[in-house]
Amino acid sequence: MKNSVNRELPDDLMKKLNYKDFETTDIGHPDIQRVAPKVHVTTGNDKVVDSIEDVVKKTVKDGMTISFHHHFRNGDFVFNKVMRIIIDLGIKDLTLAPSSLTGVMNDMVIEAIKKGTITNITSSGMRGSLGDFVSHGGLKNPVIFRSHGNRARAIEHGDIKIDVAFLGVPNADKLGNANGMQGDAVFGSLGYALMDAQYADRVVLLTDNIMPYPNTPASIKQTQVDYVVKVDKVGDPDKIGSGATRFTKDPKELKIASTVNDVIVNSPYFKDGFSFQTGSGGAALAVTRYLRQAMIDNKIKASFALGGITKPTTDLLDEGLVSRVMDVQDFDKGAAESMHTNPNQQEIDASWYADPDNKGAMVDQLDVVILSALEIDTGFNVNVMTGSDGVIRGAVGGHQDAATAKLTIISAPLVRGRIATVVPKVTTNVTPGDSVDVLVTEYGIAINPRRKDLQEAFANLPGVPVYTIEELQKMAEAKVGKPKPLEFTDRTVALVEYRDGSIIDAIHEVKD
Amino acid sequence: MADNGERLRRTMMFVPGNNPAMVKDAGIYGADSIMFDLEDAVSMAEKDAARDLVYEALQTQDYGNAELVVRVNGSDTPYYANDVKAMVKAGVDVIRLPKTEDAGMIEDLEKDVLAAEKQFGREEGSTHLMAAIESAKGVLNAPEIAAASDRMIGIALSAEDYTTDMKTHRYPDGAELEFARNMVLHAARAAGIAAFDTVFTNMDDPEGFYRETRYIHQLGFDGKSLVNPRQIAMVNKVYEPTEKEIENAKNVINAIEEARRKGSGVISMNGQMVDRPVVMRAQRVMKLAKASNLLDEEGNYIEK
Repeated sequence: MKNSVNRELPDDLMKKLNYKDFETTDIGHPDIQRVAPKVHVTTGNDKVVDSIEDVVKKTVKDGMTISFHHHFRNGDFVFNKVMRIIIDLGIKDLTLAPSSLTGVMNDMVIEAIKKGTITNITSSGMRGSLGDFVSHGGLKNPVIFRSHGNRARAIEHGDIKIDVAFLGVPNADKLGNANGMQGDAVFGSLGYALMDAQYADRVVLLTDNIMPYPNTPASIKQTQVDYVVKVDKVGDPDKIGSGATRFTKDPKELKIASTVNDVIVNSPYFKDGFSFQTGSGGAALAVTRYLRQAMIDNKIKASFALGGITKPTTDLLDEGLVSRVMDVQDFDKGAAESMHTNPNQQEIDASWYADPDNKGAMVDQLDVVILSALEIDTGFNVNVMTGSDGVIRGAVGGHQDAATAKLTIISAPLVRGRIATVVPKVTTNVTPGDSVDVLVTEYGIAINPRRKDLQEAFANLPGVPVYTIEELQKMAEAKVGKPKPLEFTDRTVALVEYRDGSIIDAIHEVKD
Repeated sequence: MADNGERLRRTMMFVPGNNPAMVKDAGIYGADSIMFDLEDAVSMAEKDAARDLVYEALQTQDYGNAELVVRVNGSDTPYYANDVKAMVKAGVDVIRLPKTEDAGMIEDLEKDVLAAEKQFGREEGSTHLMAAIESAKGVLNAPEIAAASDRMIGIALSAEDYTTDMKTHRYPDGAELEFARNMVLHAARAAGIAAFDTVFTNMDDPEGFYRETRYIHQLGFDGKSLVNPRQIAMVNKVYEPTEKEIENAKNVINAIEEARRKGSGVISMNGQMVDRPVVMRAQRVMKLAKASNLLDEEGNYIEK
């Protein structure tokens, strides 16, 4: 069976897991029934414990769903501490439902799968050895990939029913009032973890920094928390932030970034009060810098910047070029510290950020977003999940969610090394072409034929050649040739949900 | 002199011939000329690989309207003969000879190029030449070098070797290059070919780069050799004509049109005769304005 974007989906699995196939990016106006967590009533006098093991023994049972957040990124100590104990206690058949999985967790997840501790995973993404392991059929049940907004939706719907959430925080008081802004291992916004705190049956905070009661500002509140576990260290501050707020010197990245800026500035959306989301990475930071200059030159100010935040964005806030930063996660220490000091940097949870089944998410108000791509095809469909070898090595992140912006720009080099980025058909369709408007490469741009208005707006931009996406694809192929088709087995190792919970694509086991 | 009309040569970007990624991407930055280097940027162990790479790139990659130049190894090296043959066979626009000391070296190169054109069935005369001047001797012989062949399209000053030869080094104010710059420039103008200024390597000193570029622009150089694509926009900025220059040039062009319509041999503007240098300058200003994206489709100045 093929869905509306022509992806072959596994009938048996779709039926077994009661999934619908992806039809449209239009969410419509359905009536949604949300779930509520179970509450174990307490006056809060005995929340602080020293032993993770005791808490695990009390809370985690075979077959449960457990969750973590990934705000510590590769500086995370919490995940491995907790999983070590869970594996060693011989607990089986767990569903792992973190906001995402970072490289530092990979070895532990693989061990847990091999020992039967983990039998199901849902995540935003996975990379490295774990992606490789899953793509080679290491996990029996398919991984379910969900965007950040979709995870919030799934939790609210009960599609993800978290039994126990283990949430590392850089500070908490004895009753569980906590935030991400103070302490050694600060990461700023707790955006993704706020969903777990609100909806998990049991919420376990782990911290290395017990603050006097009451601890404010409280992002996670005592009303939500069952246990506060004191540990020696929750994370390595040096590995939490990429620290890479350095402006790229790569001339190709700069060329792409300046073209992205040209596209934004010449779009109908670049006017006082506009909003944008740039994401992380060298090119995104460069775009922010070009955009800053364009805003100064044109005397234009933005109403808000959204999503994952970096220091160059909070600098715009300090300069008064942006009125509010709506912050679901911080990519570097500068941005995390800014949230502590600047009241106009608002922490938002994943639902507020991007949940489609909502009374209005931030992404619905977003004018301009710049997103990346591992591959983009001639239908403007984007793959941010599987590499050129077909192996899982990415994350949906907020890609599908933010692509609902009025102007969705994909910024990507035409080719990377000897591999084409613009291809006839993406290996995995993560974000449907219907929600993508412009592709910017170092050679020029392509505009989605759906957007006649943008075709007109960008027709005569000096120094910005406009191609059809087919032309760019041919250009890429002329440079690097036509690769041998990837080979997969019939076995499905992962399903990619669209943000509404339907299935947009299936990922198959790679054939070696 | 090779017939190149008034081709713009503001920027000649150096690209190491042994770096596939840079060779592949060389066309995206809008350089007027791209110079693939087989000489100093390439270690001895990689000479053959670089030659192969540049040869293939010239056959397969699309560099748009850029003029394609290859700096071959010097005629005193064992790589020179194969470099020249391979690049002529690949159909390169221009071969750049390093460390040119006298007109004889260009005459020899011309013979080698002609032989290669015959051997590989290239149109005779289609391969142009340019010389890099890198020594006191080369500077003093610049007029003869510039006029040594009809294939010559330009000469370039290379300050690193030259200042060493002069027992000095480069200074921020460039006083040590004053004579060489003027000599090379005059040699080029006398021969009717292009003059390229030397590279500026300190990427952390944009002010110094702008200062030097404004200076050589004032002297009259066609442009500058560049080591980094980020310098292209900076040079183009300096060479951008002003709105007033563009308006004036348009009036001159209109006057030419007017004279042509009337069948008049004399071009006049505001009652005054317009002579040839003014016409040529106007044409160059319009070309620069167009290349600097300062004109819309109807040729009107775009307010920035």
